[in-house]
Amino acid sequence: MRLPRLWHEMIITPVIKLTGYSAILFVVLILVFLLTEGLPTFREVPLSDLFSQRWYPIESYYGILPLLAGSLLVTIGATLIALPLGVGTAIFIAEIAPRWMREILKPFIEIMAGVPSVVLGFIGFLVLAPTLRVWLNIATGLTALAGSILLAAISIPTIVSVAEDALDAVPRSYRDASLAIGANQWQTIWKVTLPAARNGVLTAVMLGVGRAIGETMTVMMVTGNAPVLPTRLSALFQPARTMTATIAAEMGEVATDSTHYHVLFFIGIMLFLISLAVNLIASAVIFRQKKRAERILS
Amino acid sequence: MFLGVVMIFFLTACASVSAQSPETSPITTIENKGSDTMVNLALAWAEAYQKEHPEVNLSVTGGGSGTGIASLQNGTADIANASRSMKEEEANDLRAKGLEPVEHIVARDAIAVIVNLSNPVQELSLQQVSDIYSGKINNWIEVGGEDRPIVRLSRETNSGTHVYFLETVLRLGDSENKTLFSTDTLLLPSSVGILSEVRDNPNAIGYDGLGYVTNEVKMVALSANPGGAYVLPSAETVNQDLYPVARDLYMYTAGEVSPEVQDYLDWIMGATAQAIVQELGFVPINP
Repeated sequence: MRLPRLWHEMIITPVIKLTGYSAILFVVLILVFLLTEGLPTFREVPLSDLFSQRWYPIESYYGILPLLAGSLLVTIGATLIALPLGVGTAIFIAEIAPRWMREILKPFIEIMAGVPSVVLGFIGFLVLAPTLRVWLNIATGLTALAGSILLAAISIPTIVSVAEDALDAVPRSYRDASLAIGANQWQTIWKVTLPAARNGVLTAVMLGVGRAIGETMTVMMVTGNAPVLPTRLSALFQPARTMTATIAAEMGEVATDSTHYHVLFFIGIMLFLISLAVNLIASAVIFRQKKRAERILS
Repeated sequence: MFLGVVMIFFLTACASVSAQSPETSPITTIENKGSDTMVNLALAWAEAYQKEHPEVNLSVTGGGSGTGIASLQNGTADIANASRSMKEEEANDLRAKGLEPVEHIVARDAIAVIVNLSNPVQELSLQQVSDIYSGKINNWIEVGGEDRPIVRLSRETNSGTHVYFLETVLRLGDSENKTLFSTDTLLLPSSVGILSEVRDNPNAIGYDGLGYVTNEVKMVALSANPGGAYVLPSAETVNQDLYPVARDLYMYTAGEVSPEVQDYLDWIMGATAQAIVQELGFVPINP
């Protein structure tokens, strides 16, 4: 019996290794592709033009600042909405809701994560945008805010699902100890359970933000796609154009190897760098937390 | 037994197919290249024509009017689609090769400027529309409407309609004019998006191919000159050259054409093909 088991392991171990390494390989290949297609931008467009305020590619205006700012605006708006709602829902499901309600809520939220974003975009275009226009008395409902709300709706299921798992993994004894020394339920959640699950909750938020930055179809349908450079917070109530929507809208018609094509790939590089930065910050924070926790334990 | 019947049926089916194919084997390929504005129209024509004439294989590609005419010159296209008429130098290049260009007007394209049904504005001059889209006019009150902000809607920059509107309306047909769309112009990815926003939003102004416009929005009468007559777009006004934002769509051939190409061009002038023109939002030509 020993020999066949070893024989199996000789195959399985390399296969698992290979799948692990292939993930790295694919990311590297994607990066190489992005760089080869995007870096010619620097040769064709002067930096001062690239970081200027007007995006109108058919007349060779390649200023990507409005697009960068548009993406950031919509994503920050989405995070501001999704963070409290998502973490709050996760806390409710993990800590407060009775067992039977939890059994219903958790799968329900996971199903919500599977709603195709184009469907949400459609609802946003036909229902949310007109409603926002009437309620807020703004010129048009196709605004950054509409995009933020829909992106929040897309990232909340991810945040809830991952954060709830993290809260659930906090040992029962932590809560028992806290309640035993006289803390009430709110104090236990806020001071004990949530800090103990901080890494998982942070990962959840980062996954949600990552989802929001990369989302394309929904924002293209509801943000109005006007390449205006947002300067004030009130820009949230005006149309915006994101990097993802720009790539999606323009890539289909652009001539291969033209300047416009290279600039679109350059925008892809910027997106890649932004999500890399989000992930790096997240892991740096998580790493520091771990060290402190280890210090306390030792 | 059942299996046997199925087998026989299958074999006869095969036999009839193989018996048919020699008749249809001399397939003629017609290369049709050019204007991106016309590419959907050309594809719809090709699809319908190939259903009626399986012996003809139509290959349709876009690339722009200039590309199509260039392909006609180097012989890689039999028919060039163009949303503008051929330039004199392009025609001379063809004549230098001993080929006389032949122009066929196959359809017309008109762009309607649309507003919400509740908007009291009935008519605008092209200069006013240009000023609205370039950001000089920002309130409906400045063009005789209510005191409301103007929300400008446009197609995405990759749309042929966008470019045509830019050249004909924003720049008033002047190639020296470098007016651009105001940056806060909403760029919507589809005609449907523009129509539904104009339908719902009393602040909005939009433009779209005449055939796409429904009666849920209001078309604005336009005049080329501020004092001139205001004309509503319709098949009649477009065909009588009264409506200022309309253009002919062309197909060009060079020299003598094969009978198959001639049959195809004749078919395009016919009722079936012109019905497709209407379906796709263009204006059919009067025979």
